[in-house]
Amino acid sequence: MDFGDSLEEAAFRTRLREWLASNNPRLPASSTDDEYWAGQRAWHQSLYDGGFFGATWPEEIGGQGRPSVFDVIVDEELAAAGAPPRPSLGYLVEGILEHGSDETKRRFLPGIVNGRDRWCQGFSEPDAGSDLASLRTSAELDGDEYVITGHKIWTSYSDDAEWCLVLARTDTGAAKHKGISAFAVPMDQPGIEQRPLPMINGITKEFGEVLFDGARVASSNMIGQPGEGWALAMTVVSHEREPQQLGFAGRYQKLVKDMVEQVRSDPARYNADQIRDLGWAIVEAEMLRVHVCRRLSERLDGVTHGPEGSIDKLLMTWTEQAVGNAALSVGGLNPADDDTGLKVYLYGRAQSVMGGTSQIQRNLIADRILHLAAS
Amino acid sequence: MDVRLSPVQEALRESVSLVVDRLGPRTVRQLDDLERAEKLEAAVVASGWRDLRVPEVDGAPLASGVEAAIVAEELGHGLADAPFLGPTLAAELRRLASAPAATAGETVVLAPSLSEFAVAVGGLQDGSVAIDAQGAESALVLVARENNDAFVLASVPVASVAVGVDLTRPSAVVGSASPVAVIDQQGRALSSDDRATCAALGLALTCADLVGIMRGAVELATGYASSRQQFGRSVGSFQAVQHLLADALVLMEGSRSVARHAAWAVDALDPEEALGAAARAKAYCARAARTVCETSIQVHGGVGNTWECLAHVHLRRALLSSEVLGGVGVNMGRVLAHYGIGATDGLR
Repeated sequence: MDFGDSLEEAAFRTRLREWLASNNPRLPASSTDDEYWAGQRAWHQSLYDGGFFGATWPEEIGGQGRPSVFDVIVDEELAAAGAPPRPSLGYLVEGILEHGSDETKRRFLPGIVNGRDRWCQGFSEPDAGSDLASLRTSAELDGDEYVITGHKIWTSYSDDAEWCLVLARTDTGAAKHKGISAFAVPMDQPGIEQRPLPMINGITKEFGEVLFDGARVASSNMIGQPGEGWALAMTVVSHEREPQQLGFAGRYQKLVKDMVEQVRSDPARYNADQIRDLGWAIVEAEMLRVHVCRRLSERLDGVTHGPEGSIDKLLMTWTEQAVGNAALSVGGLNPADDDTGLKVYLYGRAQSVMGGTSQIQRNLIADRILHLAAS
Repeated sequence: MDVRLSPVQEALRESVSLVVDRLGPRTVRQLDDLERAEKLEAAVVASGWRDLRVPEVDGAPLASGVEAAIVAEELGHGLADAPFLGPTLAAELRRLASAPAATAGETVVLAPSLSEFAVAVGGLQDGSVAIDAQGAESALVLVARENNDAFVLASVPVASVAVGVDLTRPSAVVGSASPVAVIDQQGRALSSDDRATCAALGLALTCADLVGIMRGAVELATGYASSRQQFGRSVGSFQAVQHLLADALVLMEGSRSVARHAAWAVDALDPEEALGAAARAKAYCARAARTVCETSIQVHGGVGNTWECLAHVHLRRALLSSEVLGGVGVNMGRVLAHYGIGATDGLR
């Protein structure tokens, strides 16, 4: 058991550190500022071109085929340099890798990985949140195209995306989970309206609503087989629960590092409660960092993800919310100060909802890991 | 980086688990079965697990903090009522001081707060505690030299060992009346780095013990929830109960990750970093263990509030392991000091 770097890992870390010295865009935290989202495309492409994004994916899709533990190094070094975290889209890649045909993978994945094509995920609907399988967006075959009608919501990055991975009902006669298919839909067309959806902390460029009114997509853009949409969605959301796919461990480390520096620069300003809240943020963020090391090491056995993703999602959520509490506490509410801490705190409330609520994760743990009879 | 247990480490884990399954207390009543307890003790002695921190010829320990933590976790999981933590820390202090090996059962003395090793100034403070003292004839204390930046090793006799909060690991109170005898050393004083290393080991081992206890508590409560019927169905089929147990499992898994890291850090990082990792892990594990063990009692309902149910044995052992070398508050202070916020305590 060794948390230390191998020679190859150490060399990768050194190269990344040197690269960051001249390529750090110094964007604000992703959770607090539209300026981050405006700069994310360029950051993604730059990180990829430097050889540090997607290094653990297969070479056929633009990765370098490295072991998963290299992503931990990227997260740690980005945080240590005060650079933005890696873009969070691993779950989309994993979904298409598992369910797409060879041609689909060749066509779409390199562009997602290298950051030239921007994607969003059209799953949730106003009446289909936790009960995703009740979604009503429809796709009707018309010649060699499908015509899509429906309403997607809480869609991250929809304003910036060229493509949307849409779940739509293709068989209204089939059982709820069986009649759903997945499509890669081009966003730039008359049948699609994208509306920004401001979050509770005021940022406008993360969330969106997407309205489909006769949008058209070639039938060759279906990902997987007709009716395979539910299985694909489950693959995607199960990876969306994993901190290593999101790069969030690095985001928390960066936020904690900034707060530690802030408090150290003027400790007399902070009372014992504020300092204790910061202490828990340190402890939780470090917990998540070493927990991800442990999970990614298990992957070296070829073990793929399973129900333990729900454990990781709760650990990630508790970490995000401990970091958010510290940000609120240390930042304070004096209107003379900037409100970054408040924004970090408010943004953190989404973590216990997105990718499956904390309550859904607990149901999954009780059912699939503890084997308690379903209620 | 590869933080999986090696095949040899996995085999060690299995062998400890086998011994504890066979000879550990399976019920509260079995805690009084002295014949069983003696067999467990004999098996632990014969296995050599207590000697993992004994030096090889070059002064390095026979095994790393990882192996010691593997043993501690499995002993905690089985509520083993045989000493391990005390003798292992005593061996570590002797190793760091280049002192000869103990000739009889030995443990360590902690300050009355339990949050650090006892340091004798003139004599021992009253209310100092020789922990994990079953079968120990003596316990090690530190004697400060010069400006508290170096210590020599000394020992006090141990008598009247008694069960306290933890029903599985009795301790002995020592104090100003205890004669402090400096141990013959070949000129090696303990530096504050040495003290930090030993504290990091102690914290890592108590974290591992807490992880083992949490595993045991979750298993016990999950088993009970599956079998206990109310309203014509198992109580484990109720979402309210399921969510309590799910949270307990998640806390245990987070604890396991930080405890493993702390155990690795003991020998792989410098003493200051090792102590920082250990303090973070202990703050996390101590808080988690309290919640997990209380959850087990809650899930057991009325049964969980009776002496006969093992749930309180988990909680009691966790309460002691949490306080040994400092609980949540003390270690949070160490964490913050490590990040340059607030004052350092006596450990550094």
